Amino acid sequence: MSTANAEKRALMSTLPGDDVRQIMWRFTDRYDLQMVVQSTRSVARGVVARMVADKQRHTHEWTPEKAAMLKAFDEAGITAAFIEPEQGGYISGPKNLVLAMIAFELCWVDAGAATASLANNLALEPIHEKGTPEQIQKYMGGCVPPKPGENRKIIRGSFALTEPLPYVGVDAGMLSGRIRIAEWKEGKEPVLQVEKRGRFITNMGYANFVTASVDSDDPRIKSSCMVILEENDPGLYDRGAPTLKLVHQLSSTHDPIFNLKVPASRIIGGYTVKDGVIIPNFSNSEVIEAVFRRTRVTVGIMTTAKLLSAIEPVIRYQRTRFRGGESATPGTPRYDLGIQQKEDPCHRLVDVWATGEAGASLGFEGARLFDAFDVMEHEKDKIFNEQGIKGARAQMKAFMGPRKKALEYIELMAKPEAKRDVKRIAELESDLLVQYLIKESLADVYCPAGKLWNTGYGATMMREAVSLMGGYGITEDCPGFLTQKWSDAQLEATYEGPECVQRRQLSLTMVNEIFLAQFKNWIKDLRELAKRKPEMGACALAGAMELWLWSLEYLQTHKDVNGKTLYGGQRQGVMFPMTDALAWLLGARQLILDTLELEKKGPENPTLAEGLAGMVNFYSDLSGVQSARAAGEVGKICADLIYGYQASSDCCSTVSPELKAFAELRAKTDACFSGLRFSKDRAAEAVAQVMIPEALDYPL
Amino acid sequence: MTTAFNIVVCGSLVPDPLQTLEPIQGPMGPALKNEMMLPSVLDPWAGHSLFEAANLAKQNPGSKVTLISLGPKAKLQQLMMIIAQKVPFELVCLDGSASGFMDSREVAVALAGAIEKIPGLDKTKLLVFGGCSSASRDAGTTMQMIAEQLGISDVFLSADELKVQPDGSFRILERIEGGQYQVSTCAGAPAVIGWATGNLPEPPNNPQVGMTNMRTIMPALQKAQPAALKTGAIKFASVELPKQQRQTRIVKDTPVEEIAKEIVTWIKG
Repeated sequence: MSTANAEKRALMSTLPGDDVRQIMWRFTDRYDLQMVVQSTRSVARGVVARMVADKQRHTHEWTPEKAAMLKAFDEAGITAAFIEPEQGGYISGPKNLVLAMIAFELCWVDAGAATASLANNLALEPIHEKGTPEQIQKYMGGCVPPKPGENRKIIRGSFALTEPLPYVGVDAGMLSGRIRIAEWKEGKEPVLQVEKRGRFITNMGYANFVTASVDSDDPRIKSSCMVILEENDPGLYDRGAPTLKLVHQLSSTHDPIFNLKVPASRIIGGYTVKDGVIIPNFSNSEVIEAVFRRTRVTVGIMTTAKLLSAIEPVIRYQRTRFRGGESATPGTPRYDLGIQQKEDPCHRLVDVWATGEAGASLGFEGARLFDAFDVMEHEKDKIFNEQGIKGARAQMKAFMGPRKKALEYIELMAKPEAKRDVKRIAELESDLLVQYLIKESLADVYCPAGKLWNTGYGATMMREAVSLMGGYGITEDCPGFLTQKWSDAQLEATYEGPECVQRRQLSLTMVNEIFLAQFKNWIKDLRELAKRKPEMGACALAGAMELWLWSLEYLQTHKDVNGKTLYGGQRQGVMFPMTDALAWLLGARQLILDTLELEKKGPENPTLAEGLAGMVNFYSDLSGVQSARAAGEVGKICADLIYGYQASSDCCSTVSPELKAFAELRAKTDACFSGLRFSKDRAAEAVAQVMIPEALDYPL
Repeated sequence: MTTAFNIVVCGSLVPDPLQTLEPIQGPMGPALKNEMMLPSVLDPWAGHSLFEAANLAKQNPGSKVTLISLGPKAKLQQLMMIIAQKVPFELVCLDGSASGFMDSREVAVALAGAIEKIPGLDKTKLLVFGGCSSASRDAGTTMQMIAEQLGISDVFLSADELKVQPDGSFRILERIEGGQYQVSTCAGAPAVIGWATGNLPEPPNNPQVGMTNMRTIMPALQKAQPAALKTGAIKFASVELPKQQRQTRIVKDTPVEEIAKEIVTWIKG
């Protein structure tokens, strides 16, 4: 394989281990997290892998073997990881990164197992976010595995939002559940009648309680809400038939039917009574917004884990492909390298790897952002409560001043370090509302972007990974369970809000001026970086970011040839591709940042000393590969949108000065691709010689 | 009668056996290719002895388990993220090479010295546990030399079971030839036990146990003293991987007698 490199650089010697990951994903100081990772890994590559190998995915039923998996989760601390120490958990503070790590480790082997674990947290999330102290104590505490000597049965939950029930007249946008007052005796707590049908409800085969979205069907209940249903409530708690899923079969999914009487105290977050009307303290949408704002980050990580888990089995397959044949004798390149003698399989594997790394970088950054944001959000709520600021409109008004300050802070940070107004920066950094707005602008973009790109493009690249195993890939005993992972990825792109939902959200949040101001600063940083490390593709990425920004501004301020607004309203054909483009950019940039972190912090770890240079070189090249791909995609999308709505008679000409400016900007970005193919060659060379274990550490 | 023991387990890391272990000649002598970059596990025999120690401590309230590890402290820290979740223990860390190419006598001297320095150690209650062998070096000599350094004369190797009798004495099963056990009785501590596999399964990971352990493990890692090991003490003429010999024949429905006969013929050469 030719790399056309005059200079021979250190190559990556081994696959990245925990030391490398801890630096890149910023949890070197989190021993609690490192232990959860190890603990989850042993369950994933032990109990869970054994179940997949034993064909437990072949049944939709909830079997004793699948139930044993939950016990393994309990013993390994996976179940209690989400719970606060006050309720019996063992990890303090926000849990987004912890849950993302758990999902990553479980999905390395099987996503259904991860879904089973996460679904319980999803059921608890509405209670965690908005529940009353009593609800929190009862349900969060109940989900903690009993300690030795404790005579208590663990409870498990399901989350029932609204799913479209095909052919029975239920619209996906409408709440399918109804709530009305069944009984309200003088001086007593009202009893509610809850009717709810669910579809595709995870954990439903064994859930002891359900957090369900319902709308009011009674003028004496003011709004929608979420309500907790228990299996022993009077009435119908029909788990329904198992859903006939083709994927994620290690999780239990049913289509349940509920018709139950429950006390009004089960309304999540409680209620107040005014003029004989029950007013839930939180509407369904208020609860759901708080829930999905976070949980989607984790799902993006799931598909990413599959891609990274595919690397080792694919390398092993490629290298050993010809062994045993007459023409491959030990010591020959055919024997040692197998298919990796050729450029194409190595290049394609580099693409899979780069996608996985960029997805992980993006997803874990999202999780970290939410960990920081959660703390700020609680502080913000506290401040607003103290000041009596309630409701979205009042909050928006209260944020007007801090918004200006947030923009000022971002502008100050854009200056070279020596020229910054340190005093003013310190002032703005200590202003919680300012920092809240900055963090919120990022969290609101990273969450949908990660879910959208990691699962959507991840599923596409998972297909590529399977194809690299030849016909072997399409078998159920393919090493690494790649075919199962490929099909599982499709569900991850769909559940917790399909791609269109993420695009819709992103199309609104990415135009936040606070986000865009930071985005502009990032471009400057990348331009600086490009001078020092051209192989990372920072120049091409910066160019693509400028192109995207230019295109966004153009699309927001121009109309198409028919006079119709381009960006806004129902013009999803314009807005949605721009969201896809942004997601590409964010993933590539985050991979660069994580690589720089490895370069900076790696020398602090003596165990990495002998292989650090090669590892950093590889990740730098991988960043170059991903930046080039991202820049290519963004150029294509922007060109499609900018030219595509011009008059067809303008074809082949760039008469407008604006279009000329676009063409120049794109040409400049294209020119920044210079040398990035060599990054790919070098990464491929590393892939062809990196040392891998003798065997996979989980069964086939 | 229950006795509170001071159980000191000697054990460190070895490269994950699933990894490709390729001997190379390094600047300081023989080593494994990319050894520092490879993931590590607790030496399996040392692991068995740690689990036996924890079990013994659980059955004898007031007992304390201390793990003494000689290895690169940054790698030991990674290892602790796994084994600290298994059972409760305190750590004493000696920062040095855990390579299989170190001289076992020097390792024994370093470990014995560290044992002597354990604060408040009551030698009359001391049980020194370790593996009878190691995944990185199979000489099986280290535990005996630790006993010699500490002046402990009761040494049991390849042990699979230790039971504390009602009178406080130990009944110990040691592996001998032909799947048999030598049954010994020992008056009590101090003693040195080199464990074979023991009888206990590997405890499941429990991050809550780990979180408790880490409160003392992290400070122990931070104050790890360098182990004074002289790499020149031993010279290796050559190192190589054992030759793998696999001559498999698949023959169906062969009578047991015939299989036995064939094995005997093969053994006789």
